[in-house]
Amino acid sequence: MESSAATRPLGPALGGGTLPKWAPGGVIAVSAAISAAGLAAAGSFTVALTVLLTVAVSGAIIYFWSRAVEDARQAKNRLMTHAVVSAFGLAVLPLFSLLYEVISRGSHRFDSSFFTESARGVIGEGGGASHAIVGTLVITGVATAISVPIGLMAAIYLTEYGGTGRLRKWLTFFVDVMTGIPSIVAGLFAFAVFAIFFGPGIRLGVMGSVALSVLMIPIVIRSAEEILKIVPNHLREASYALGTPKWKTIVKIVLPTALAGLVTGVMLAVARIIGETAPLLVTTGVVDSMNANPFNGRMQNLAVYAFGEYRNPGVAKDAAFDRAWAAALTLIAIVMILNLFARLVYRRFGTEIR
Amino acid sequence: MEAGTDITPLPGPFSLGEGSGRGRVGDKMFGSAATAAGLLILATLAGVAIFLIVKAIPAATASSSELPQGKTLVGYIAPLVFGTVLAATVAVIVAVPLAVAVALFISHIAPRRLAMPLAYLVDLLAAVPSIVYGLWGIFVLGPAAVGVMQWLDDNLGFIPIFKGPASATGRTMLVASLVMAVMIIPIVSAVAREVFTQTPRRLQEGAIALGATRWEMIRMSVLPFGKSAVISGSMLGLGRALGETMAVAIILSASGVVTFNLISQSNPSTIAANIALQFPESSGIAVNTLIASGLVLFAITLVVNMIARAIIGRTNVQ
Repeated sequence: MESSAATRPLGPALGGGTLPKWAPGGVIAVSAAISAAGLAAAGSFTVALTVLLTVAVSGAIIYFWSRAVEDARQAKNRLMTHAVVSAFGLAVLPLFSLLYEVISRGSHRFDSSFFTESARGVIGEGGGASHAIVGTLVITGVATAISVPIGLMAAIYLTEYGGTGRLRKWLTFFVDVMTGIPSIVAGLFAFAVFAIFFGPGIRLGVMGSVALSVLMIPIVIRSAEEILKIVPNHLREASYALGTPKWKTIVKIVLPTALAGLVTGVMLAVARIIGETAPLLVTTGVVDSMNANPFNGRMQNLAVYAFGEYRNPGVAKDAAFDRAWAAALTLIAIVMILNLFARLVYRRFGTEIR
Repeated sequence: MEAGTDITPLPGPFSLGEGSGRGRVGDKMFGSAATAAGLLILATLAGVAIFLIVKAIPAATASSSELPQGKTLVGYIAPLVFGTVLAATVAVIVAVPLAVAVALFISHIAPRRLAMPLAYLVDLLAAVPSIVYGLWGIFVLGPAAVGVMQWLDDNLGFIPIFKGPASATGRTMLVASLVMAVMIIPIVSAVAREVFTQTPRRLQEGAIALGATRWEMIRMSVLPFGKSAVISGSMLGLGRALGETMAVAIILSASGVVTFNLISQSNPSTIAANIALQFPESSGIAVNTLIASGLVLFAITLVVNMIARAIIGRTNVQ
């Protein structure tokens, strides 16, 4: 790690020595052994504790070793590098723990009946989430159908028509602000809109889609704007020079050039909203049977399903928790696949404008 | 982040492509549609405020005996605001140093070839749905933290936030905040990383040329340059943490008390979690009350986000 960065200091301080290249790695290995042995001797060995102790012990050893051989400044450099790397490890550790737990706990019920059966009439074990999966797909699909045209047109306004006007400035600012709207507030907004027209008892799949659109539109605008901005201006100018109207230039030249990036952006936006729970909890309601019509009655979805199985597990607690984890695994799988796919699309088709 | 100030202003919509009548009509329609979409965004934001206000008014005008728990509206919402701010603040305090370290690691310390995959790894943290974080928090992190919280109670119990008695289930403010910290690290570090990598090379190379170690170079050139990015990123993270719903709703065992104690089993609830838990079983004026609390949350996050964006906007100008 030390030697790879271009910014490595020129050499040891004058007159001092240098730690060998293997010093950081070696110290960490030794510290890990000491920590594990020490904890085992004290009878309180856990992986988490060992890792923490290793970080502390190796930090101290590196610091004092470097201080003795090199100098105080170099020692501090090594200590801070150690701290930063450790902090990075600590920050991504939850991701691995989470993936491990979701896969190991979710795989109990990650079977065919989970994807083919609904929860209708299920008490205790068995049952599935097919109704929730269908609901998730329908609600997210409608939300995408609302968000993409609006988001794309707004992005076109920002890059092609806005110029340097005041509206453009305000719009850019408020799109950013809008990305920060809490998801539960978006849900309450959709509820309030529909409740005013249809009464407070209303619960529809499309209400959830409206709520998700509030969250999704700013994400679509942001990513589309970024991509449209890097479409080279000479393409537009060449089109204008041929007498092509501006709208045709946008539709036939700018958008096709940016297509891969736009698709990637939309996929990432879908990945962001497909796991939303809170806005759907207050808009689509909870139901145990299949409903694929977003305009008629309550509609289940995976995230709310997982929450419901956790919160009201009923008589067979473990079976319900297993279903909750299986739903979580399904969600994570969808999100990860969307993320991966989005990047592949961009890498495969998105190079021409770079 | 990018205010797009570098865009060459294009000619107005109607000055070009006047070759045919159809082109002009098409231009007019397309331009109007784009502008309308832009205006719709502003209208939506305003609509969120307006519809929430309309639905919150009944709660504001009702007498306290009609409201849930028989409290006044302010008396109902104030403890929730306290819990919301407390949880988010603890999360930000934990997350920001880690996020800065993550950003520095990716921008200045990790080998170049690894930087992109590592950045992708951190982004994945942001992609995990909050419901999954909630389940992870209650089933994995909470139980794992019980021993630590007992230790905090035994050894640091004189500090009010660790007063205890330590919860035996791990359903505490501390665990909820830690989970939220994990959720906002990618947000803060993304903003910080962006600016850290933009630190002028002459500053960095100057520091190295003068014999600075890498850490001294970072402290003297990168960190000062990225200071406002860290601040605004933290504000964005704060906004996210204030509005986080499911992780808190699942993890926290809330009892509506007002306390700074982070590790006991009775905790203040947060606005968002309270809405998620109460809304499905509420009707009538209780729904209006919840919407009123949602309005308060909206106002708080709006202010926090606007400050964050204003700081980012200002740094971009220089």
